[in-house]
Amino acid sequence: MSSSTETLTAVPRIRLKASNGWRALNLREFWQYRELLYFLSWRDIKVRYKQTALGALWAILQPFLTMLVFSLFFGNLAKMPSDGIPYPIFAFAALVPWTFFSNGLTQSGNSLIQSAGMLKKVYFPRLIVPISSILSGAVDFLFAFLVLIGLMFWYGIVPTINIIWLPVFLFLAFGTALGVGLWLSAMNVQFRDVRYTIPFLTQFWLFATPIAYPSSLLSEPWRTIYGINPMVGVVEGFRWALLGTATAPGPLIFVSALTMLTILITGMFYFRRMESTFADVV
Amino acid sequence: MSKLAISVESLGKQFRVGAATGSYSTLREKLVDLVGAPFYRLANLMRRNRQDAGTGDDILWALKDVSFQINCGEVVGIIGRNGAGKSTLLKILSQITEPSEGHADMFGRVGSLLEVGTGFHPELTGRENVYLNGAILGMSRAEIERKFDEIVAFAEVKRFIDTPVKHYSSGMCVRLAFAVAAHLEPEILIIDEVLAVGDASFQKKCLGKMEGVAKEGRTVLFVSHNMLAVQNLCSRVIWLHDGKIVRDGKPADVVSSYLRMSASMLTEQVWNDVTQAPGNHKVRLRKISVRGADRDRPDQLSIDQPCEIEVEYWNQRPQAVLHATLHVYTEQGILAFTTGSAEQAAMEDGAMPAGLFRSVCHLPANLLNTGVHRIVLLIVENRSRVTYRLEDALSFEMVELSKRHFGWQGREPGAVRPVLRWTTIQVQADEPVNMTPLPH
Repeated sequence: MSSSTETLTAVPRIRLKASNGWRALNLREFWQYRELLYFLSWRDIKVRYKQTALGALWAILQPFLTMLVFSLFFGNLAKMPSDGIPYPIFAFAALVPWTFFSNGLTQSGNSLIQSAGMLKKVYFPRLIVPISSILSGAVDFLFAFLVLIGLMFWYGIVPTINIIWLPVFLFLAFGTALGVGLWLSAMNVQFRDVRYTIPFLTQFWLFATPIAYPSSLLSEPWRTIYGINPMVGVVEGFRWALLGTATAPGPLIFVSALTMLTILITGMFYFRRMESTFADVV
Repeated sequence: MSKLAISVESLGKQFRVGAATGSYSTLREKLVDLVGAPFYRLANLMRRNRQDAGTGDDILWALKDVSFQINCGEVVGIIGRNGAGKSTLLKILSQITEPSEGHADMFGRVGSLLEVGTGFHPELTGRENVYLNGAILGMSRAEIERKFDEIVAFAEVKRFIDTPVKHYSSGMCVRLAFAVAAHLEPEILIIDEVLAVGDASFQKKCLGKMEGVAKEGRTVLFVSHNMLAVQNLCSRVIWLHDGKIVRDGKPADVVSSYLRMSASMLTEQVWNDVTQAPGNHKVRLRKISVRGADRDRPDQLSIDQPCEIEVEYWNQRPQAVLHATLHVYTEQGILAFTTGSAEQAAMEDGAMPAGLFRSVCHLPANLLNTGVHRIVLLIVENRSRVTYRLEDALSFEMVELSKRHFGWQGREPGAVRPVLRWTTIQVQADEPVNMTPLPH
């Protein structure tokens, strides 16, 4: 008898039963499926600009054209202050991470219903779907970022040493997009209403973020409180690290990071809780 | 003592079937409900209470109290009619959906193939799709790389491996997808009706591959409507009906009793309520039946009498071009032939107004052989695309009632049993040949 129990424990054993309430995140299993994460992101990148005439140029045009419009209306006509930086570069340094964020949010929010076929036919940790849809936007970000660097040279702006902090701010944008994306995608499975809410959400969020204007319009402590919107931290962080604006983020970033973590962690748990119903409902 | 691979313990799965209809009495109530619904649903979303689900909704148990144990190396077929719970069972064991009660233990790595080509992307090349599909099915990158050439050879698409699959024929696509899946090497393999795809020679190849899998001592669990394949491949068959196990045992016994039971049950199916009828937004079925042409004895299906298969369906969209097609399977699961109403169209140009249509297929005498026949009904759109498929549309037994005047009294072999015209004449008149042996 002891020999048979030995052989049983040697093979992996999975127990399938109804789960109730909150579930553990099971990040270990997620790690085992990291190759699938890679392949799905890679697929999205490959397919994204297939059969478009301009191809990957779209990755650049999106923030660039917005920058032109902003420069014309907010910079030239409304004479919006821009922390002593030429307005176009002031806006573009914010639009590059913003585009990454808003695309990531939109893609991940719709990701589960777009992968309905896969959800119903194959098992894998569902977290992979929204995460890969955001990761695939990283290539777009890279293109736009190169243009940003080029634009900085054009204006004769040399990045400060603080540029080493850039990945932190990028992660902040990623975490926020994922956190909100997790909430939205899980709700989207049951209520397609979410799908129509996402464009509004990103639009409101755009104006609630200091992209067209500087956050220095607010005085302390309001400016720090403004950091409750994590994208405030991202945008101000980018400007500080690249353009050397005097508005060193400090406590604002801390507030933003805290909000991001709250949304991300609650989002993950909510997602895991709803996960078991995805295949039945989607 | 052989090792356990799968252990299922009083497994059950319930589904809610829509909201109860006809509970509104006034427009005002309807409006209140309309306004209130989002909040009610939102509250439900937050609670996600399983026990609360019952109010106002019908509960359907897709599986109820199912228990069985499967040892390593067993090849188990699961049979049953549509809606018997086969796919639900496979989905639970594949970890795609959770059971509502009971539990299942899986000992070993599970690979499941519930659909051929899950995640295939038309814009990607064959090579790229192999990697993507492999990753989706749970193969590691190194594993795919190692088996890549073998997969491509199996699929017979070597020349087109760097072409986007949107330029593939559907057959090539299916072959490539199956080739990937066939090279999955889990300890437990779960397969749902995938042998129904591809052409005959490829099907044969797939069956061969599955036999190989079984011989290697891996555990296979598969759903099929192909009784021939089930009998040939499986060492054991489980028959599900209405979410419960009816029989579990030797393939020959279970299959024959399954066929006997379905034979006595399915000579007519009628759905009077268009909203509940099987189908989709394009077509809904109203009726399918088989009867003998002899009006006095319509329930007698004799091989030397003509019989009629009648199909009624609602065409839901004006100007659609729909046809009914029947696949006639024999008791052994062989597709004897297919026939479709497209051969004689209802309208001149084929376009049909919305409404109820009836197609009758007149089967002549002396075509079908004796034994149980199963009919698969397909509604085909524009003479090319299957828009709806009803797997177990009919099943009936053809009998032989008239006496034979010649010697052999057993069952004539063959998928069909036509009476063909033969002529035999004397070509030359000879004297009886002298049968003396020739000298060496």
